Amino acid sequence: MDSDHGTKGKCEAEASRRPGERAPLDLETLREGLRTKRGPELWRSLDELAATAEFEELLHREFPRQASEWPEGVSRRGFLQLAGASLALAGLTACTRQPIEKIVPYVRQPEQVIPGRPLFFATALTHAGYALGVLAESHLGRPTKIEGNPDHPASLGAADAFRQAAVLCLYDPSRSQTLSKNGRTGTWSGFASDVNAALRARQPFGGDGLRILSGTVTSPTLEAQIKQLLSRFPKARWHRWEPAGPHHERAAQVRAFGRPVEVRHDFSKADVVVAFDSEALTQGPGSVRASRDFAAKRRVQTAQPQMSRVYCIESGPTSTATVSDHRLQLPPAEIEAFIAALAQAVGASPSGSELVTDPHVKPWVDAIAEDLKAHHGASLVTGGEHLSPAALVLIHAINGALGNVGSTIVYTEPVDADPVDHVASLRELTSDMAAGRVDMLLLLGGVNPVYTAPADLEFAKALQKVEMSIHHGLYEDETSRYCRWHIPAAHELEAWGDARAYDGTASVIQPLIEPLFEGKSEIEVLAAFNNRPDAAGHDEVQTYWKTKLPGGAGGFDTAWRQVLHDGLVANTQAAPVSVTAAGPAAAAGAGEIAAAVQQARARKDAVTLLFRPDPTIYDGRYAANVWLQEMPKPLTKLTWDNALVIGPKTAERLGLRVEETVELTVGSRKTGAAVWILPGQAENTAVLTLGYGRAETAHGRADGGAGFNAYALRTSDALWAVPVEIRRIGERYPFACTQNHHALDPQGNETKLASEEAERRHVIRKTTLAALQQDPQVIQKEREKPAAGETLYPAWKYPGHAWGMAIDLNVCTGCNACVTACQAENNIPVVGKEQVLAGREMHWLRIDRYFEGDLDAPAIHHQPVPCMHCENAPCEVVCPVQATSHSDEGLNDMVYNRCVGTRYCSNNCPYKVRRFNFLRYSDRESPLAAMLYNPDVTVRMRGVMEKCTYCVQRIEQAKIEAKIEDAGAPEAGPHKIPAGKLQTACQQSCPTQAIVFGDINDPQWEVSQWKADPRNYGLLEELNTRPRTTYLAKVRNPNPRLEPTRTPHGDS
Amino acid sequence: MQIFHRSTNTIAKVSIFGAIFFLGFFGWVYSELLRSPYATGQGVVRNQPVPFSHQHHVAGLGIDCRYCHTSVERSNFAGIPPTETCMNCHRQIWTNADLLEPVRSSYANGTPIQWVRLNDLPDYVYFNHSVHVAKGVGCVTCHGSVDHMPLMFQHASLQMEWCLSCHRNPGPNLRPREEVFNVSWQPPADPDAATALQEKLVKDYDVKSLTSCSTCHR
Amino acid sequence: MAILDDGAALQSPEKPYKTPIVAPGHTTATVTDKISSVVQSRTPRWWFIGFGISFLLLMMFLNAVTWLLWKGIGVWGVNQPVGWGFAIINFVWWIGIGHAGTLISAILLLLRQEWRTSINRFAEAMTLFAVACAGMYPLLHLGRPWLAYWLMPYPNTMDMWPNFRSPLVWDVFAVSTYATVSLLFWYVGLVPDLATLRDRSRHRFWQVVYGFGAMGWRGSAKHWHNYETAYLLLAGLATPLVLSVHTVVSFDFAIGIIPGWHATIFPPYFVAGAIYAGFAMVLLLAIPLRVAFGLEDFITLRHLQNMGKVMLATGMIVFYGYMTEFFFAWYSGNHLEQFTSMNRILGPYKWHWIGLMFCNGLAPQVLWMRRFRTSPFWLFVVSLIVSVGMWLERFVIVVTSLHRDFLPSSWGMYAGTKWDWMTFIGTLGLFLTLFFLFIRFLPLISIFEMRTIVPGTKGEPSRGSEMTEVPQ
Repeated sequence: MDSDHGTKGKCEAEASRRPGERAPLDLETLREGLRTKRGPELWRSLDELAATAEFEELLHREFPRQASEWPEGVSRRGFLQLAGASLALAGLTACTRQPIEKIVPYVRQPEQVIPGRPLFFATALTHAGYALGVLAESHLGRPTKIEGNPDHPASLGAADAFRQAAVLCLYDPSRSQTLSKNGRTGTWSGFASDVNAALRARQPFGGDGLRILSGTVTSPTLEAQIKQLLSRFPKARWHRWEPAGPHHERAAQVRAFGRPVEVRHDFSKADVVVAFDSEALTQGPGSVRASRDFAAKRRVQTAQPQMSRVYCIESGPTSTATVSDHRLQLPPAEIEAFIAALAQAVGASPSGSELVTDPHVKPWVDAIAEDLKAHHGASLVTGGEHLSPAALVLIHAINGALGNVGSTIVYTEPVDADPVDHVASLRELTSDMAAGRVDMLLLLGGVNPVYTAPADLEFAKALQKVEMSIHHGLYEDETSRYCRWHIPAAHELEAWGDARAYDGTASVIQPLIEPLFEGKSEIEVLAAFNNRPDAAGHDEVQTYWKTKLPGGAGGFDTAWRQVLHDGLVANTQAAPVSVTAAGPAAAAGAGEIAAAVQQARARKDAVTLLFRPDPTIYDGRYAANVWLQEMPKPLTKLTWDNALVIGPKTAERLGLRVEETVELTVGSRKTGAAVWILPGQAENTAVLTLGYGRAETAHGRADGGAGFNAYALRTSDALWAVPVEIRRIGERYPFACTQNHHALDPQGNETKLASEEAERRHVIRKTTLAALQQDPQVIQKEREKPAAGETLYPAWKYPGHAWGMAIDLNVCTGCNACVTACQAENNIPVVGKEQVLAGREMHWLRIDRYFEGDLDAPAIHHQPVPCMHCENAPCEVVCPVQATSHSDEGLNDMVYNRCVGTRYCSNNCPYKVRRFNFLRYSDRESPLAAMLYNPDVTVRMRGVMEKCTYCVQRIEQAKIEAKIEDAGAPEAGPHKIPAGKLQTACQQSCPTQAIVFGDINDPQWEVSQWKADPRNYGLLEELNTRPRTTYLAKVRNPNPRLEPTRTPHGDS
Repeated sequence: MQIFHRSTNTIAKVSIFGAIFFLGFFGWVYSELLRSPYATGQGVVRNQPVPFSHQHHVAGLGIDCRYCHTSVERSNFAGIPPTETCMNCHRQIWTNADLLEPVRSSYANGTPIQWVRLNDLPDYVYFNHSVHVAKGVGCVTCHGSVDHMPLMFQHASLQMEWCLSCHRNPGPNLRPREEVFNVSWQPPADPDAATALQEKLVKDYDVKSLTSCSTCHR
Repeated sequence: MAILDDGAALQSPEKPYKTPIVAPGHTTATVTDKISSVVQSRTPRWWFIGFGISFLLLMMFLNAVTWLLWKGIGVWGVNQPVGWGFAIINFVWWIGIGHAGTLISAILLLLRQEWRTSINRFAEAMTLFAVACAGMYPLLHLGRPWLAYWLMPYPNTMDMWPNFRSPLVWDVFAVSTYATVSLLFWYVGLVPDLATLRDRSRHRFWQVVYGFGAMGWRGSAKHWHNYETAYLLLAGLATPLVLSVHTVVSFDFAIGIIPGWHATIFPPYFVAGAIYAGFAMVLLLAIPLRVAFGLEDFITLRHLQNMGKVMLATGMIVFYGYMTEFFFAWYSGNHLEQFTSMNRILGPYKWHWIGLMFCNGLAPQVLWMRRFRTSPFWLFVVSLIVSVGMWLERFVIVVTSLHRDFLPSSWGMYAGTKWDWMTFIGTLGLFLTLFFLFIRFLPLISIFEMRTIVPGTKGEPSRGSEMTEVPQ
């Protein structure tokens, strides 16, 4: 399948838009397109078809995928349900008379469209301004799935959860759908003339009072447009606000290098990595690529085992820590002290006063320093944005001193179009607004400062002073309420655009579908400001690139098609710049830290509140995305909420229990929150992630005011950390956690029990590099495993394929990309908070998280758990109707339409990977949901069991393709899928390539080699279930000079 | 004293034994009902917007199946011809036949023709035309000899037992690939030759009996 | 009157084993009058009250079931990992209760335990109603109940058979067979009495109704001959069923690989538990009934204490079962088994387990003492406790095994919702409703069998309707 994406599958959207033909993708044709496909290809039930008729209705329907079935009364859905049931009860179910259905062909069938076969378009999706190259799967003009673009440097075929969830956002009916002026429905032309008039009025004054506020912009076209506008209106200003942007990092760069740069890490060259509070693997522009490079160094060949060494020094558990060798847990100030000490130790800053005196920490400094020096030029020190600028300066200095610059770390021209200090920029804007110096403000690209701006700026108050305020975004939100105009934004899958990736590589964003609503892209809005209100985004982008693309042989058109086909513009990486951290800056930094540390140590027990972007909804921009809302957070496993996360010790000291409400006070500002206890959170620190606790349900139903608003406490001088007072209120606020439901208590006894039991049951097997070098079989010896013959049932025979999966625990960062991929590929419903609370989440693929050792400073493990497709599957024996049975290729088939719902299979499943539709979770009516569904997978009804199928629809498709190809050559032997020609959704999306899948009968497939590895083990294999999904044991490479955070199992 | 008439004795006896037969009969009726055209739609002709005659176009004009059902070799879906395809010919011939009015108007104002679906599998069944064609299953094997159908109807019951009958023993329904679209192909009259051919095809095309659930249900 | 008093006087608590199973002085005529009077006298007020309450509960049951079918199984508390909850607990509980009837009628019959005759009729009825209640749960707990018939093997258009390896399919056969045989057994036993009632009713309507049920029974020698044969045959048929049903039900768990389920001890101690629970329920019904209808002469202390003894015995077996489970958990050296056992005692559901041990293990020990064995009040209390205990037992087996099984990551908790409770209490309503109807319209003690054990000869049904009124 993947090769498909690579080559022939990719087509230019252009092709289906040849001149003379009317654009085939306006709503009418779209619906026509939908109707064209009948039967399994598209619709799952007649009522959906009926529903498409009233298309209006969907525009006002609340988002149904977040279906929580509790509302009482007889909904239309409820009625259909009963109707269905009663019909069934009428007795003729066995023959189920097919309702008469219509079959509706095109009038003129667009080229390339083969009903039943998807098309893949190369495009890009941005996150916080930065692009990731993706392939969008399209079924008859409906984008249904996002996958990474193998040719794109930032992706290499993988895609993170944010990008994959974008397709859900496209079909989100809670998106704003019409222009509005003063709350009343407006028109584009009306808007254009308003703008035009306003601008003309300002022409004489050089656009004084005209301001633009946007997030990070990497789009060359948009940049050009804005520059053009600014040149027409020299007095106009362009402000920037990215709530979770690299504020401290930029400041540090300016201090260290005197100029902003783009920092590009290359983990693939780093033998020693020291990460200070760094989420480099899961957040930040290049994280997907970073994960891939990082994994390359962590993947162990048991033949000649070697791997990089990773130290994590952090105040709260990061994803990086779950794949590290050493984890040291310190409060923020102590981390900075550590950095300063390290800087001295490696000679990056003048040696001064001894900052780290703690006998437990000191050896770490020495050991790490030694290790770093031993790997000159092959080490990498990363610092999270949340460190102080001073500390970040030191980290640049350290990397410089270690000769990493140019090898593991590269500084390039900024990708961000004219990078400015966002905080300063926003502060200036607000003060000008407050002073009445701003009378026309364009809030571009969904910026929502009323919610996200630092509390001390009081943006809302200032905004009311602006006469002509225009808000442009996907949703009507807190800010749009204060604005005269609201322009619905077009989704990136709906509009033309362009953007640049972390390394500067530019991509053209091409639409797969006409805007579902009245959305306009940033580019179109800016065009309106430049007197081209009716300019198509397509033309704007092309006009920009006409000047940039090399004409070449075929001229622009060929080049353009090439760009669209590849999904990137070749050779557009940002140019490297040679900068070196100025010595004085380092010295100054060290001094600053010293002072800060003294202060911090002075106020001992004061709790520091840390603000962090949320791992699922980031800074709040994804709050409406129910896939992300229900995606368990990597470490807390919470869904639908953020929480005040504190460590067990702190909780005990403050007498706080899990799910207890508290009041947080920072200076004069207060906000409520509820407590969650997370082992591994440093003492006297508390984390509250951004993006929750919206005042009103700004985004339809999804965020419904869930969680607690961190922005209320966040001020421009303390963006990431601030001392806080915590007052216990003590009401109960239930959290929907997907692991150990309701099993947490302040002492953490339950968590302790769980992790101890996990150890005892050898759920996560692990060893050290040293142990592995001594004895490759160390993992196998850990536990005896039943011989093949030990079952009463005859052994299965697999003459053809035999599918299996292997997961390398050594590189899984728990980033959730696979979970989202699975959800999108397999039409997995979202169930809502109450149902998660009831323990009924539906994810086929879950990522288990285990703590190891001392719960105050534990080691943390992630373990993705799909269906094991056991050879001796306990579920198959007990199903009374054979709804789950063994396939001739070793799949454990689940037949929804045969299932009667006894749930016996789930009870008898040792891995508890089965999921049951306790209520009607899938939306089988709303047309928008129908457009999102993958037509190759049945949408399950209530009352049936479901589970991971190894993406059987992809397997079958690949088999069919192989068979048809062989049909061409009759002499060809038995039809086999060539190795690597097939990927499961999770495997495909995994940034670290931790998952491989394939035919274990055929040594050609990578999975066969993994299974042959002595690190390979089966979960609970002593039960003799003989799982087809197996794991490669974790290998740690601890520094002998430090006691390893985890003692390797078995030996020691 | 007598409360009941003597006859009740007989009635009682009869009803007790009769019950068994009655239940049996009911079961039989039910299973018949399940397989009846009422339930399956087998052989039922339905009103179409245009009374399209396969007999005329296939037998009469000898148009190949793939001229209209273009994606049958490439996709799970055989494809229903867009109006354009009809107009290719009907631009020239029968240009103002009343029967063809819906076609012309569809072409003129771009509104698709809504045909009534005849071979309609449940949505949880994933049938793929292309692979069956590639394995030498003839169109007529499932769709009947459309060249004798003035009006189209569903030829087979399309029930699971029907699918399985072939999936368990594909041989009898195979034909040389080049004959797949030949509506008038007949297996060799001589039974030995027929079986010989079957075995050959099964071997050459590597046809297996696929009865795993996931073959059709996903 | 005098007769009755004497009879009562004779029931000395000191020597209850001496107490006859029918108070002396009774003739076949008095027996017939006494029992049929229950049916043919005016309906007492307490009956209406009792029936009314039961009927309301039944309505609540229907309400709960409608909501269940409307919304789906999710209105109950079941979840991942606890896929089975109240539904299965109640199913096993009711099935267990449904055992006493057949045991008493069939096995005790074959064992020539004459004392059974005065209790077997309503014990059988109780069995039927219990099985009816039980039978509903496996259907209701399905995700798609309207497809329940797929568990039946029948030629269908899908060419699919049920999975005969699955204990749930065995259940279908076990339970339905048991229900059918019990029904036949009960009905056959009723025939002669229906005839008696037919002959004694004076209202045409009742004559027809009972006559219809009596199927032209005339009590001729030939009838009696066939009858005895049929009854004995059925008894023979029913006997193995008593053992098979709950054995098969226990397989639902024993076949599973879940620690706490996967144990060979299950069949025997489930059967014992069933009889245990069954006799508890018989006592719960018998003790009020004998008072209400003044049947102390027929359901004497001797019966009560016999049943008490059976309870004590089976109770001990069940308790032994528990201990064996723990022993093997320890002896197996299997960590998972050991964890599950400890989790039962110390885990979040420890109070359920403690309650279980008290109700099923401790409470019945008082039955060693004759004072309690022979006191209807205490017997009633103990039976009540035991019934609760048996429900707790099933709760502990189903829930505590599932909620913390193999992977700590998927541990969870379970609690019934209000709909669970309404369904459970609702079935109690159904049970009682049926039972009230039964005691009102059918003889709750087998008349003719009583006649056979009355000292003296087997007599013809005498027509003494003028003395049917009995002072209560």
